[in-house]
Amino acid sequence: MSPETYAQVSNLLIPTATVIYALAMVSHAMEWALGRAAVAKTAALKDEVLVASDGAAVSGGVGDVPDAPAVEEPASSERLDAASRIGLLLTWLGFVLHLGGVVTRGLAAGRVPWGNMYEFSITASLAVAIVYLIFVQRYKLQYLGLGVTFVIAAVLGLAALALYTPAGPLVPALHSYWLVIHVSAAAISGGAFTVGGLVSVLYLVKARAERRVLAGGTMSASLRRLPSAEAMDGTAYKVLAFAFPLWTFGVLVAGPIWAEHAWGRYWGWDPKEVWSLVTWVVYAAYLHARATAGWRGRRAATIAIVGWFVFIFNFVGVNLLVSGLHSYAGV
Amino acid sequence: MTEIKDRIAAASGPDEPSGPPALGLVGWLRWTWRQLTSMKTALVLLFLLALGAVPGSLVPQTPIDPIKVSDFLTAHPKLGPLYDKLGLFDVYKSAWFSAIYLLLFISLIGCVVPRLSVYVKGLRARPPKPPRNLNRLPGYQRFEISEAGDVLEVATRELRKRRFRVQVYDGAVGAERGYLREAGNLLFHFSLILALVGVAWGSLFGYRGSVLVVVGNGFSNSVAQYDDFTPGRAFSGDDDLPPFSLTVKDFEVKFQEDGPQKGAAREFKAQLDYQQTPDAPEKSYQLEVNHPLKLDGSSVYLLGHGYAPRVTVRDGQGNVAFSGPAPFLPQDSNFSSFGVIKAPDARPMTLGFEGFFLPTAYIGPNGPVSVFPDDLNPELVMTGYYGRPQPETGKPESVYQLDKSKLTQFQKDGDKWRFQLAQGQSAQLPDKAGSITFDGYSRWVKLQISHTPGTGLALAGISLAILGLMGSLFVHPRRTWVRVREEDGRTVVEVAGLDRGPERGLGDEIQAITKSLKPASSSTEEQS
Repeated sequence: MSPETYAQVSNLLIPTATVIYALAMVSHAMEWALGRAAVAKTAALKDEVLVASDGAAVSGGVGDVPDAPAVEEPASSERLDAASRIGLLLTWLGFVLHLGGVVTRGLAAGRVPWGNMYEFSITASLAVAIVYLIFVQRYKLQYLGLGVTFVIAAVLGLAALALYTPAGPLVPALHSYWLVIHVSAAAISGGAFTVGGLVSVLYLVKARAERRVLAGGTMSASLRRLPSAEAMDGTAYKVLAFAFPLWTFGVLVAGPIWAEHAWGRYWGWDPKEVWSLVTWVVYAAYLHARATAGWRGRRAATIAIVGWFVFIFNFVGVNLLVSGLHSYAGV
Repeated sequence: MTEIKDRIAAASGPDEPSGPPALGLVGWLRWTWRQLTSMKTALVLLFLLALGAVPGSLVPQTPIDPIKVSDFLTAHPKLGPLYDKLGLFDVYKSAWFSAIYLLLFISLIGCVVPRLSVYVKGLRARPPKPPRNLNRLPGYQRFEISEAGDVLEVATRELRKRRFRVQVYDGAVGAERGYLREAGNLLFHFSLILALVGVAWGSLFGYRGSVLVVVGNGFSNSVAQYDDFTPGRAFSGDDDLPPFSLTVKDFEVKFQEDGPQKGAAREFKAQLDYQQTPDAPEKSYQLEVNHPLKLDGSSVYLLGHGYAPRVTVRDGQGNVAFSGPAPFLPQDSNFSSFGVIKAPDARPMTLGFEGFFLPTAYIGPNGPVSVFPDDLNPELVMTGYYGRPQPETGKPESVYQLDKSKLTQFQKDGDKWRFQLAQGQSAQLPDKAGSITFDGYSRWVKLQISHTPGTGLALAGISLAILGLMGSLFVHPRRTWVRVREEDGRTVVEVAGLDRGPERGLGDEIQAITKSLKPASSSTEEQS
């Protein structure tokens, strides 16, 4: 196939993948909607939470079925599971198309497919999908489906509509194997920051719901399907502990080495460098706060979310709002 | 489950800094030091560092783009001076930013040095005795056996196989592993200091300069030859510059010729001949972006390029007053290049010219512009000035600007005189003041020459920091105890563990160890 054909295939696959991801998102949204409707009518859940928290006595709030704990209608639970499964299945389908789109883009351009902002967007969102799909079974991350598909569909949609640049060769500064090393490290750690940020958001939601249950409230079925807040706190930590050394390597080793080769200095306070350092410092503070000050839970999750926003600003805001040497945006 | 861990952590953790002591300078100093080296201060300083770095990416910075800074000062007459006072135009060298990172590093040193000695002591310490109430620990297991037998020896073997450090006590075994976590942690922090030393070394003893060299011309490495030179504070002068010289033989550039990215640069290559020392043999090098030439610790980079029209100016007496290439500076991505030609020796009037070199000239509605960066249709579009000969002042003058204070623009037919020349064409100046010929053009390259010592140290520091980081994040420190005791005439074996890492939990390790200790038929009561 000629580069033009590859480019056409890629331009067909990326929007299709976007639509499929959007459908997956709808399916996951249904899952949440169904879960919200089916509010726990039983004290069973409450017992579960109460046991976990040392059995502090709490009087039942809505549990007005004293003897026979009413189990949630099985039909609703089945539909909920089905929506979740369909969402995951559609995510896999979207991923296959997405992967095809990224690979054909690379073949069309004759190089790694992350030389401008459009390409970085489609590749970085692919990294999010990869991280999610690898760990979805092992760590039971199905609950992230809605967030992950939303982020990927949004990034891909934005890329296809606003950032599209035809495949082509690169400016000389990007003719380097460091393009492969530096950018892939940034993309993979960015994918992990995104997953960590989403888990932290859900942590806050779940922790609030758990507190409400302890105070005698109820929890919707969709929140009950989430792992315990404590488990999610641990998952966020694991993901971010994986991402941080990689990010350190990407922006404080590979980046400076390349900058030294291309621009004659290893660190020059270019806006992208500044925001990469800010991202690094925020996540360093996250790990530091956890390890030494014993910050867990809400405070740690807040830092993780701030770090994620800083990362996103570095990726979107710095490219579009501030001019600097990393102006590969091509928009 | 985590509560116990938390309680233990809280009991052994550093004391919370309390209020300032009532008396004494020493006490007060000690209190300040303790505050500075406390974990909370380190956290606050980290957040301050992140916040403090931000304005430098939003406000123009003098070391990066001085022109933008002066534009900003003109555009914001009230805000500008205030920003200047706050050091916002040079954030990363400002007193307050330096204060943040210096305090952070003092705090870091004050924090990790004492921890190093604690760690070294801890390395020699044996795994501790089991706590009295093992059953309060997570993953607690117990089972009964008919007779103690060699269960502790089996436990020792099993724990050693699992790479625990084991200490046998009377009726119990204590085991610990994961010592490398704290080692990694310390390595991370000390390596950061090492990296900072490398960076500081480079900025003290290094230098950076840039020079514009027209193809065919040469450069030899001395301060006077640079257009622009920034030495580090401890840089002593020409003696610190390696005595190399180079000639730019050729420069090649390719641009995208079609498609939406038309005009984007695709390749630059400069062919250099260089001599490491004046007596060394001449060698060649193809200088490209991403492929600097390394000479004696200094590096030569290709930073930019442009055009230098070659022009001959004859004065009113018919003598050649100027001849040669004059570098013009590109103003846009299509290399519309602005420059001046000065002929101060022209007589009876001195002459000066300013205007544009257009590599691909096109006469648009707003006058001539360049529409492509390569030299497809090169033209010179300029205007001229004349003035009385001035005595030499010896004051340095920019070669890119014409001082028009003592010059008058040529007029023709009541209008400002302009001329447009293709290669090889000449123009006669009005009033028989002379002529100007566009002989051709050369390209020039902008070279940066810099030396940054300490780079290797900084790189080693940050690489070791990553290694340490991985140790501190992925090594899982934990303790395990096995105890045999008599309880109401029965022999009970207890196994329990303590997770000393932040999150990980012990998984099923305790169960697995228990299983290996158990005789084939025995009942276990689980409690956790």
